[in-house]
Amino acid sequence: MSGTAAASSPPLLEVRGLQKFFPITRGFLQRVVGHVRAVDGVDFTLAEGETLGLVGESGCGKTTASRCILRAIDPTGGSILYRTRDGRTVDLATLAPRELLPLRAEIQMIFQDPFGSLNPRMTLLDNVGEPLLVNGMGNRRERADRVAELLRLVGLRPEFMHRFPHAFSGGQRQRIGIARALATNPRLVVADEPVSALDVSIQAQVLNLLLELQARLKLTFLFVAHDLSVVRHISDRIAVMYVGQLVELARTDALFRRPQHPYTAALMRAVPAADPRVRSDDAILAGEVPSPAAPPQGCYFNPRCRHAQQRCRVEAPALREIAPGHFSRCHFAGEMEF
Amino acid sequence: MALDRPMAVASTLRPLLSVRNLRVSFALDEGLVRAVDGTSFDVMPGQVLGVVGESGCGKSVTMRAILQLVERPGRITAGEIHFRRRPPNGGDEDSAETVDIARLPPRGPVMRDIRGGEIALIPQEPMAAFSPVHTVGDQIVEAILLHGQRWQEGGRKLTRREARDITVGLFRDVGISMPEQRIDAFSWQLSGGLRQRAMIAMALSCKPRLLIADEPTTAIDVTTQAQVLALLRDLQARHGTAIIFITHDLGVIAQMASYVVVMYLGRVMEEGPVDDIFHAPRHPYTRALLRSIPSLYGETRVALPVISGALPHPFNRPPGCPFHPRCPDVMTKCPGAVPSLQPVGTSQLASCFLHHDVVDAG
Ligand SMILES: Nc1ncnc2c1ncn2[C@@H]1O[C@H](COP(=O)(O)OP(=O)(O)OP(=O)(O)O)[C@@H](O)[C@H]1O
Ligand SMILES: Nc1ncnc2c1ncn2[C@@H]1O[C@H](COP(=O)(O)OP(=O)(O)OP(=O)(O)O)[C@@H](O)[C@H]1O
Ligand code: SF4
Ligand code: SF4
Ligand SMILES: [Mg+2]
Ligand SMILES: [Mg+2]
Repeated sequence: MSGTAAASSPPLLEVRGLQKFFPITRGFLQRVVGHVRAVDGVDFTLAEGETLGLVGESGCGKTTASRCILRAIDPTGGSILYRTRDGRTVDLATLAPRELLPLRAEIQMIFQDPFGSLNPRMTLLDNVGEPLLVNGMGNRRERADRVAELLRLVGLRPEFMHRFPHAFSGGQRQRIGIARALATNPRLVVADEPVSALDVSIQAQVLNLLLELQARLKLTFLFVAHDLSVVRHISDRIAVMYVGQLVELARTDALFRRPQHPYTAALMRAVPAADPRVRSDDAILAGEVPSPAAPPQGCYFNPRCRHAQQRCRVEAPALREIAPGHFSRCHFAGEMEF
Repeated sequence: MALDRPMAVASTLRPLLSVRNLRVSFALDEGLVRAVDGTSFDVMPGQVLGVVGESGCGKSVTMRAILQLVERPGRITAGEIHFRRRPPNGGDEDSAETVDIARLPPRGPVMRDIRGGEIALIPQEPMAAFSPVHTVGDQIVEAILLHGQRWQEGGRKLTRREARDITVGLFRDVGISMPEQRIDAFSWQLSGGLRQRAMIAMALSCKPRLLIADEPTTAIDVTTQAQVLALLRDLQARHGTAIIFITHDLGVIAQMASYVVVMYLGRVMEEGPVDDIFHAPRHPYTRALLRSIPSLYGETRVALPVISGALPHPFNRPPGCPFHPRCPDVMTKCPGAVPSLQPVGTSQLASCFLHHDVVDAG
């Protein structure tokens, strides 16, 4: 729906060749002896009102990529073109801090650990209202009104604003984190594992809330998670990441109908089916994600890939469009069932 | 007919562990937290028992009670925990002695023997389980030397060298490559998956009759999770170790357990063979829990059915059936009496007045 409708209008966000390298230093003089290529050439677009899911195993660079987009860290290379509320296109990757400041309100983040991101010594009023304060929005009275409105929006009682975070359950705290992210009326919300720490029953409530808020406020989501069933449920399109690169990008239904990369297929098989009559234990993906400081020759996935051939060990595949809007970084995509 | 026992109980097999009406409370300044409030279940020899329930429902506290590890101000206030011990000197199972763990002094010699040598725990926080100042290998070697009787032949004391060789073998068994090098690593140098495997090796070092795995895969990737689950399944098949597997992931339960216990607010709501729990759930809580998970096959971007209301605060437990404030099928009698866990059909048990009228006396 939103994915197809939005495809014709210019994207809200266009990420091109994004790179983030962390230096590896040795010895007393902190000599740089190499680089962790945590994000190494990531491209995608995000249409207004769309949800893009970003999945992959631990350490593949999801958080680093998200933090670059928020400019919480400075990218090493590439561009992050963002269409602002007033219709300008700016490159977040190179914008000076002074120019970035007014855009902070438009791009917000929801964290995995709602407790870690809330200040335990501040009431909900101050926690949820903090982004308003930081962005110089409203006086204390107006902020209190806005916080009451936000708490109602996420299904909490406004009277709660004078309580401290510890008085709330995990699911309620995640709602508080969402209220905080929405305080400044953002257009783009980056959610890094927002439901991973929650129980299934609470997870369902938070996913429903995110879907409802998105429809109501026309939000655009970049949704990072490692749980494929959750990502599938909420995303219009899904990007699969492996060792700092995208290996597959497609509409959700297409990706699940016919994954075009062996890594995506392996991730899908690893999800334990919530049905004892479906045995999901065949062909487990062995091994671990290689270090992004020393990735393997050729295709980064070749040491773990059950379809790997000689060519894969020497020649790195490029990200290719296999079908309209369906991209894969595998030599044999389109020719083989994975 | 009304007293039909479920299949597992009716069989001639005697349970390895039998928990009856267990209650554990924490006396805090703000009030009494009844973390476990009358829980009963059995574990059969060689069975994988899955325990599922939302955060705070008392899963970990129940398991700590089984090991007499409930910390102050917590206390076992009622109930029994019958455990069939290892038969002496390799004798047959009929000569095995059964003890009530709830009556044993936590720091006494019998409890120490059981804890290190017969029931092993893979704790919920693997990082906290290893000391950061000793290598993982040294910690396992110490455990083997302490409970060495499982490994030595003819009453001889094990040497350190032998204990180290056993540790290398255990590392190999749990699928750690280069075990000779890996055992000299500190826990914080290992990746999440390797640390979890080392934890399992540690638990197996005492050759347990019962392995308790408390959320062993919650903090790791799906792919690593699949590896660890395969490993546990394989160990269970090879050694016939009984496993209590705790998780709030229903997918993991479906794939691992043969029998399932569903807990809510410190009580068992329903239990039965895994296929019945997933395909013919009797208790409204089990049904609601199953509906709330997104699957790989369902419709996307639509609201998921949720359990209305929130989990009550541990200080204000609802009277009567603990699930009644959130139950879609609540009846007038539900707030007034606590339903007891009773057989329903041929293989399940449920605590719900939709299926019987038996009130819990305790
Ligand atoms: N500040 C840093 N300095 C050096 N290396 C880093 C730094 N931050 C991240 N890395 C490395 O970059 C890689 C990507 O890490 P990142 O946190 O982005 O992964 P992720 O996909 O979010 O993983 P997870 O699922 O565990 O959150 C990892 O190898 C990590 O060790
Ligand atoms: N040391 C303690 N002091 C006070 N209360 C405690 C303590 N340990 C546990 N509790 C309480 O006992 C109840 C049951 O906790 P328990 O850790 O057994 O839950 P759980 O089912 O294992 O949850 P989770 O899925 O989050 O691990 C909770 O209400 C908890 O707050
Ligand atoms: S290019 Fe080769 S190794 Fe890489 S994913 Fe495709 S088949 Fe596997
Ligand atoms: S006893 Fe009543 S309230 Fe409790 S689960 Fe059954 S129907 Fe619902
Ligand atoms: Mg991350
Ligand atoms: Mg627990």
